[in-house]
Amino acid sequence: MDFSFSEEQEELRKIVRSFLARHSTEAEVRRISGGGEGYDPAVWRRIAGELSLQGLAVPEEYGGSGFGYAELGIAFEEMGRALLCAPYFASVALAAEALLRSGDDRAAKDLLPGICAGDTVATLALTEEGGHWTEAGVRLAASHVGGGWALSGIKTFVPDGHLADLLLVVARAADGISLFAVDAAAPGLTRTRLPTLDQTREQARLEFVNTPARLVGRAGAAWPGIERTLATAGILLAAEQVGGAAATLAAAVEYAKVRAQYGRPIGSFQGVKHLCADLLTELESARSAAYGGLWALESGDEREIRIAAALAQVYCSEVCTRVAGGSIQVHGAIGFTWEHPAHLYFKRAKSSEVLLGSPAHHRELLAAGLGL
Amino acid sequence: MMELQFGADVADFREEVRTWLAEHLVGEFAAHRGVGGPTDGEAWEVRLAWDRELSAGGWLGIGWPEEYGGRGLGLLEEIVFEYEYARSGAPFRATGNGVDLLGPMLIAMGSEEQKRRFLPRILAVEELWGQGFSEPGAGSDLAAVRTRAVLTPSRRPSGPDTSLDGGEWVVNGQKVWTTFGMHADWLYVLCRTDPESRRHKGLSMLLVPADQPGVEIRPIRSLAAQDEFAEVFFTDARTSADMVVGEVGQGWRTALGTLGIERGATLLPLQLTFEREMESLLELAREKGALDDPMRRRSLLDAWISVRIMRTTNLRTVAELLQGRAPGPQATTAKLYASTNHQRMGHLAMEIAGAAGQIVGNGYGLDTRQRSFLLSLAETIYGGSSEIQRNIIGEQVLGLPRDPRPA
Repeated sequence: MDFSFSEEQEELRKIVRSFLARHSTEAEVRRISGGGEGYDPAVWRRIAGELSLQGLAVPEEYGGSGFGYAELGIAFEEMGRALLCAPYFASVALAAEALLRSGDDRAAKDLLPGICAGDTVATLALTEEGGHWTEAGVRLAASHVGGGWALSGIKTFVPDGHLADLLLVVARAADGISLFAVDAAAPGLTRTRLPTLDQTREQARLEFVNTPARLVGRAGAAWPGIERTLATAGILLAAEQVGGAAATLAAAVEYAKVRAQYGRPIGSFQGVKHLCADLLTELESARSAAYGGLWALESGDEREIRIAAALAQVYCSEVCTRVAGGSIQVHGAIGFTWEHPAHLYFKRAKSSEVLLGSPAHHRELLAAGLGL
Repeated sequence: MMELQFGADVADFREEVRTWLAEHLVGEFAAHRGVGGPTDGEAWEVRLAWDRELSAGGWLGIGWPEEYGGRGLGLLEEIVFEYEYARSGAPFRATGNGVDLLGPMLIAMGSEEQKRRFLPRILAVEELWGQGFSEPGAGSDLAAVRTRAVLTPSRRPSGPDTSLDGGEWVVNGQKVWTTFGMHADWLYVLCRTDPESRRHKGLSMLLVPADQPGVEIRPIRSLAAQDEFAEVFFTDARTSADMVVGEVGQGWRTALGTLGIERGATLLPLQLTFEREMESLLELAREKGALDDPMRRRSLLDAWISVRIMRTTNLRTVAELLQGRAPGPQATTAKLYASTNHQRMGHLAMEIAGAAGQIVGNGYGLDTRQRSFLLSLAETIYGGSSEIQRNIIGEQVLGLPRDPRPA
């Protein structure tokens, strides 16, 4: 384990950051999130074509570039920093990862190349009305019909569910929890976009009525792969959260340097300075939590990965929201306006806190990992 | 447990460290695993004996030049050693003041004579050192030191263990919070050598022998009923003219170098101490059924998280140092985070200990948990208080404007 990034990895960070500085400007973020379009397909294609980010950590045999999770974490951190509006988390952290963990080599060979190339937008549909990220929460029914499978039931809070071309759906079959691939154009599927508090990330409600589906992996054997997918996604989300928190703290600090009251910059008052120092301390600690997760993924140690993922989700979720809220506080009244970008980051942070299950849920996963 | 991976080039060295520790950390020493801390004077004599054992094995000052008794090894070997040392649970070294603070300062800024005179005796555990920085009127505001030193012609035919050529410094004033001051043979003292000077200017770093009539060292009892620090009174105390480290009038620069070292020196051993405390706290929590209580369960998990985050933060810094890079912001925020969270952990431990935690042994005898809890109160004060840390983070890392300073 290195516990630091190599020069090549830092170089990747620069490239991604500079690309996003041009293509995910505040104006773009507002245009896309305000219009409810979800993403800019032209930018999405360039992210695939020029930077190959969709397949960054996917092995070459499945159409990816075969880099590791440290590189992927860097991409997520930079996207969080730029508040990129795109189905990247859904496609890469959830769908591609679920395929890789499904143990279904044929499905991976069929479906991953399209995701890596940016031609297929994909997502994972797991949560239902109860909003649980657990095996017991899966009720949508899968039944064997003729030579194939059909799904009936409801999925909701599905990230980019109405934008995706490919849905990986977790369902309950007679044998137990199973994973299915569903084409977005499949009959019996109704998709409804859900207006979100965090307008930079889209969610949808999906209704399945005897919708034909392709079984991925073995029937009844999907849950361990899904659990592992959620661990990976949790670590990558933590990296994204850290990127967002870093951006919002930097903005607050810059503001504290120039905004004057009582004849001097507010950042010279300890009340403000010490708040910023506390926020940086928490941010750097969150960075340790997220990076620790990335290095655990690189190590391949399954117990470590579970622990590090739960830890990253508990800590980064709470802290990054606090940092984003602290940034609004430092900005004062201007930070409370629609016009100022601080709320975009705050809402992304607050929403991300529960995107993969609440901190309380992850605390219990941590406790389980530690045998407590 | 995630481990630092070291390259094949230090595999032999790592094995040497492990083997030596396994062979020597036995008997009385092994019985004192995990004992002591940077300000914890527990089992002093055993720890001192252990340091002599380390010294005999050539394990003190391994990064120091060979001509002064060190082994001339690089940062990588030092980190490997500290890492294995911490893993072994060996007692917290009693010689930190000399080996980790003064020694590096002398190597960086001392004269050739000073290095030859002092460094080998530090490594041989023949002379112990105490730090004379803080004063009653100069705590966080260290630049307010008033202890004076005046260069005068020699008066005495024989004096303390110093050369009297070229006159001597006469020191008057008071220092305080000198950690392990009662054990010190020598003190490094920040003095005002230019009486007309103010603040950071006109200060000098003097090396002063403790065993002389002009130096009186009185222990100060801490709230944990330990005499781990002292106040030092200088009344016409003397030291020879060449006992100034760095240039006369440049003592502030010399002191700042030491403070930087102070923040980095004890990273890994302390980390492992916290991890052991956490394990023992979880054990206690199991016994007491505290894990079944939702509030305490949450607090325990959060405490575990904080200790793991400290570890990753430290490893990030170590990895950057090994790469030859300047450590990132986490190296500066780590102290504030660790001290705050360790204190919180102490409160939680006392809460879980419950009624039994109220009772101490005879003579105010504290158990490990009580001791650690009470001593943790100092962690947000020494080595730069949390408030000073926040100023440093705000001004030096984030680049915020300085507080207005008094004219």
